[in-house]
Amino acid sequence: MSGTREKYQKVAYYPGCALEGTAHSYNRSTQAVGKALGLDLVEVKNWNCCGAMEVKNIDPKLQTYLSSRVMSIAATEMKMDVVMAPCNGCYHNLKKAEYDLSHDPKSVEVVDRLSKKAGHATYQAGQVETIHALDWIKHGIGEEGLKKRLRGTLKGLKIANYYGCMYTRPRHIFPEKDQGPGSESTSKPHYMDDLLAVAGADNVEFPLKTACCGGAHTLSDSDTSTKLVLNIIRAAEAAGAEVIATECPTCHSGLEMHQVRAEKKFGQATKVKIVYFTQLLGLALGLSPKQVGIHENISDSLGFFKEKGIA
Amino acid sequence: MRPLADIEQRLDALAAAPDLPPDVAAELLALGEEVLEHWVAAKGLEPTREAREGFRLLALHRQGCVDEPSFNACRETCRELVYHYNLVNLEPGHPDTGQRLRMMTLVANHLFLFVAGKLQVRGLGDFCCASRPVREAAASPDPA
Repeated sequence: MSGTREKYQKVAYYPGCALEGTAHSYNRSTQAVGKALGLDLVEVKNWNCCGAMEVKNIDPKLQTYLSSRVMSIAATEMKMDVVMAPCNGCYHNLKKAEYDLSHDPKSVEVVDRLSKKAGHATYQAGQVETIHALDWIKHGIGEEGLKKRLRGTLKGLKIANYYGCMYTRPRHIFPEKDQGPGSESTSKPHYMDDLLAVAGADNVEFPLKTACCGGAHTLSDSDTSTKLVLNIIRAAEAAGAEVIATECPTCHSGLEMHQVRAEKKFGQATKVKIVYFTQLLGLALGLSPKQVGIHENISDSLGFFKEKGIA
Repeated sequence: MRPLADIEQRLDALAAAPDLPPDVAAELLALGEEVLEHWVAAKGLEPTREAREGFRLLALHRQGCVDEPSFNACRETCRELVYHYNLVNLEPGHPDTGQRLRMMTLVANHLFLFVAGKLQVRGLGDFCCASRPVREAAASPDPA
């Protein structure tokens, strides 16, 4: 594991567009936590969109190219071995591109053609390893390392850990998962639970941790999204959670916005706080609420954390 | 196969009930099956009567995923429904049975919302849901 730890000490950081917009607090808290843990993040130079959902809908191979460009820059221009993407959408798309370039000659051909046209080196499958922020902390520091650096505690805080749908699906693009003890599970992910438990959190049994948040339909069918989110929040509250911890900007924004909308449109008020897991870890590491961007969330949790003695 | 509106009404009634007897677990499982039957039938298939790992719900989910990998987004929801059914049936007298049934109702409701929403907006969605028809319709040539 020490070799693995070294590998993750300095990684290429691919924030993606959401972390520069609606998920600014995720960006801020990820960087602050990295600094507190002594992990080095080097932002990918001149990065581009991963292809997200819009490009993938129109041309999946163009999405493969866009994601491959990010990995190409990290590998060839920055000489990095690992790309860390905290956004589930980016993480998913880079993993999908990696898979496509390992298994589909047509994708290799298209990516090569577009890379030449754009004037950069063609990404070759296997040049970098793409990881999520959860992998980064879990493997770069580990539970023991995290424990040593804690300056506060989440003790007594009841948390429902919500991973969303893209962190583990489809299973075949995540070959490192489901590899037995120590690896992440695609059916019952637990890395966020593990890390927050080290910080003292009381994780609740939450059966909808990978359920759909309706993020994809938030504009085309807002009511469906609101109902899906409300159901997730109700399940978390029924499980006894005071906080839903998130690790995906799309899910996080959806939960926050539709929590408000559920009250306005359907008169269904809920109390649970929506907070990024990096914000929670940051508080446990002794960072201030401002340093982890608590004030940037829609879900107002500052008073709650103060009352709990966490902030 | 009841209309989706009737299934929704029944789930709402169960969610509002202060106490649920253990035999509601079987009803919730059956409601989950009915929801998936709607999806399979909408795809022009005959809903399977077979079981997978002992449960028709899981066989129906698998059938619903054929040529529709995004349908896997409700895979764990189905498995959680089965898990809670097993919990209640193996220990109906357990002090947590009421809580387990309450959670099972929310899980069943999530399956309903996911499938009903997916049926309604089919053809619109994006990465996780109904992107295939959009991609196929576009049938765009390779870029560049």
